[in-house]
Amino acid sequence: MAQDTILLAHGSGGTLMRRLIDEVFVTGFGDAGSPALDDAATLEIPDGRIAMSTDTYTVSPLFFPGGDIGRLAVCGTVNDVATSGARPLYLSVGFVLEEGLPIADLKRILVSMHESANEAGVRIVTGDTKVVERGHGDGVYVNTAGIGTLAPGVSLSGSHCKPGDVVLLSGTLGDHGIAVVSIREGLEFSTDLRSDAAPLNHLTAAVLQAAPDVRCFRDPTRGGLASTLNELAGASGVSITVEETAVPVRSQVLGACEMLGYDFYQVANEGKMVAVVPADQADAALEAMRSAPYGEDAAAIGSVAESPAGSVYVRTSFGATRIMDMLVGEQLPRIC
Amino acid sequence: MTFMEVCGTHTVAIAKNGLRDVLPDSIRLLSGPGCPVCVTSNADIDTAIEFARQPGVIVTTFGDMMKVPGSRSSLSAEKADGRDVRIVYSPLDALALAGREPGKQVVFIGVGFETTAPLIAAGIKRAAESGLDNFSVYSAHKTVPAALGALVNDPEVAVEGLILPGHVSSIIGLEPYRFLAEEYSVPSVITGFEPVDVLQGVWMLAKQLTEGRAEIEIAYTRGVPAEGNPTARALIDEVFEPTDAEWRGIGVIPGTGLAIRDEFAAFDALKRVPVSPEPPKEIPGCQCGEVLRGVILPYECRLFARACTPEHPVGPCMVSSEGSCAAYYRYTDHGKS
Amino acid sequence: MCLAIPAQVTTVGANNMAEVDIMGVTRHVSLDLCPEAQAGDHVLVHAGFAIQVVDEEFAKETLDLLLQLDMFRPDGA
Repeated sequence: MAQDTILLAHGSGGTLMRRLIDEVFVTGFGDAGSPALDDAATLEIPDGRIAMSTDTYTVSPLFFPGGDIGRLAVCGTVNDVATSGARPLYLSVGFVLEEGLPIADLKRILVSMHESANEAGVRIVTGDTKVVERGHGDGVYVNTAGIGTLAPGVSLSGSHCKPGDVVLLSGTLGDHGIAVVSIREGLEFSTDLRSDAAPLNHLTAAVLQAAPDVRCFRDPTRGGLASTLNELAGASGVSITVEETAVPVRSQVLGACEMLGYDFYQVANEGKMVAVVPADQADAALEAMRSAPYGEDAAAIGSVAESPAGSVYVRTSFGATRIMDMLVGEQLPRIC
Repeated sequence: MTFMEVCGTHTVAIAKNGLRDVLPDSIRLLSGPGCPVCVTSNADIDTAIEFARQPGVIVTTFGDMMKVPGSRSSLSAEKADGRDVRIVYSPLDALALAGREPGKQVVFIGVGFETTAPLIAAGIKRAAESGLDNFSVYSAHKTVPAALGALVNDPEVAVEGLILPGHVSSIIGLEPYRFLAEEYSVPSVITGFEPVDVLQGVWMLAKQLTEGRAEIEIAYTRGVPAEGNPTARALIDEVFEPTDAEWRGIGVIPGTGLAIRDEFAAFDALKRVPVSPEPPKEIPGCQCGEVLRGVILPYECRLFARACTPEHPVGPCMVSSEGSCAAYYRYTDHGKS
Repeated sequence: MCLAIPAQVTTVGANNMAEVDIMGVTRHVSLDLCPEAQAGDHVLVHAGFAIQVVDEEFAKETLDLLLQLDMFRPDGA
């Protein structure tokens, strides 16, 4: 391509856009993409039910330690589809590019999406791109939609949790949120923390196989574990208690949270999965999690009780019990 | 026994760790006006907002202040409206920003007690030494000891002991609190913030009371030498001078404010960026003042968990990360019981 | 008003600035309030400044004291 930044003309449907698609998108997606460029992709889908999910990604900055918006966009939707117990197969991707975006940045994002899609075992089968005027977008917004197939009899839901169930967490909390905030202007600090963005469909498949009666999966993204557990407790009408000493969290995340006044239960993750399983399948589920990619630090962190319905508690290292509250608005760094 | 913890960070530590459940029923803990964010007056917030509305001004602030309601708006709402308001972790970040944006005036909203005032003073001195001409501070800083005096003098406030703020005391040491013991016979313990520290502080207060003593003791020995931090105090004295200050919900407490001295007028935001906010107005029904003085507990406020919640706070006690009402709401059961 | 966390000074640089380590996270802070702090010392950090040099040994002392207290026993202790 002659230009090195995105122009409005790239979105206009003409030859410039054609070249962008051929030379940048198709090349970028490589074997994870689709060579045919029809308006709709025709796909082979086995009989039965399909799970579908969509999400739009607006992260800023576009590139951060351990990942970028492309990886988030692929893994996020793959994970959302996987939480239903489905096997993710295909993704669509829609881009809104800001005029002036360096094409080199776009290429980096596409390569990242290619690698992530291959890792997850999904294909990007259709897509769209538009361009908006400078100042009207944060460089790139990406939407991905994904579909996957559900085996017969698989019926997971956040409303299925029952008293006596065990809550499993696939790994350390807070890595993504802290990695991103560490490069934010006005807050810079150095850490070797990297975003944990990762596809977890292999992990959920392994757990589903080892513990067929798993109630639900949920990935604790924005709002952290606190939002996820509060949603589950509310949907199922149960109470959940977390043992603080059992929760995997890196010391750097604790250090950064102490410094900024953050609650690590409320910090975003992009590569973690919560699973709620019946007590008699908890050991099998945990072992499956630990053997799966990205689950090596998995732990049983809590349990479900009957009441008070809709509440989530933390039993602190000190032995007292307090409420695990959901985030209201944004988590802001504080000195008080 | 009724004790008051004066520091907002203690309020949160107690609520978060469920310490009231661990303490015997005979000990009652009240929360006092120790959250500098909560006691920042409506007028001060309105002024900060006016700075943000001036063209060419970047307002920098600690995250704590963003959502606190002023008379009509908040810094967070102004930012959503397109004003340039940025959160910083340290005044040094604001200085660095001023260096990067020579065409703009960077105004730093200075809030905090004696823990924070010295480092704002240090920031102003650094600005002076490097000849920065686009950095200034709006000082809403306050000092603690005289406010404690007002509290123990207040007939509506009935406390038998004070849990004193650990980190403020790191700076000011023991001496400024002596009058509490000597003139008012109120036992006081300077306490740290881990749950273990708070319990130790309460234990030492209970011990003083049962032994009939009234002293200023330090439980937080690892963070607080008796003489505090003289370098920090010297910085405060060099850059600031005492003035009267309005404590939200309490009123004016003479001599508890810190105003920037004339020698540093070039870094006084009120002189660099003249603003005239509309007269402040109080929100009807808000009982933050009574909560801040420990006269009522948060759930005794008419608006608690009804009109006033963290999602739509009426007063600062509910929105500040250290506010008593927010702590009660978050860490108990949202006011249901 | 009091979010101050213990950190260890790793290096002291020019202009009273130092690098500190907080459980694996590194940040630059100012030593304007603690000019006597040296590499290896522990300091309390508040809003980007060291406000007090502290001795980590005292922390252990507090814990020992509490274990002697009869009054406060967490559930199950």
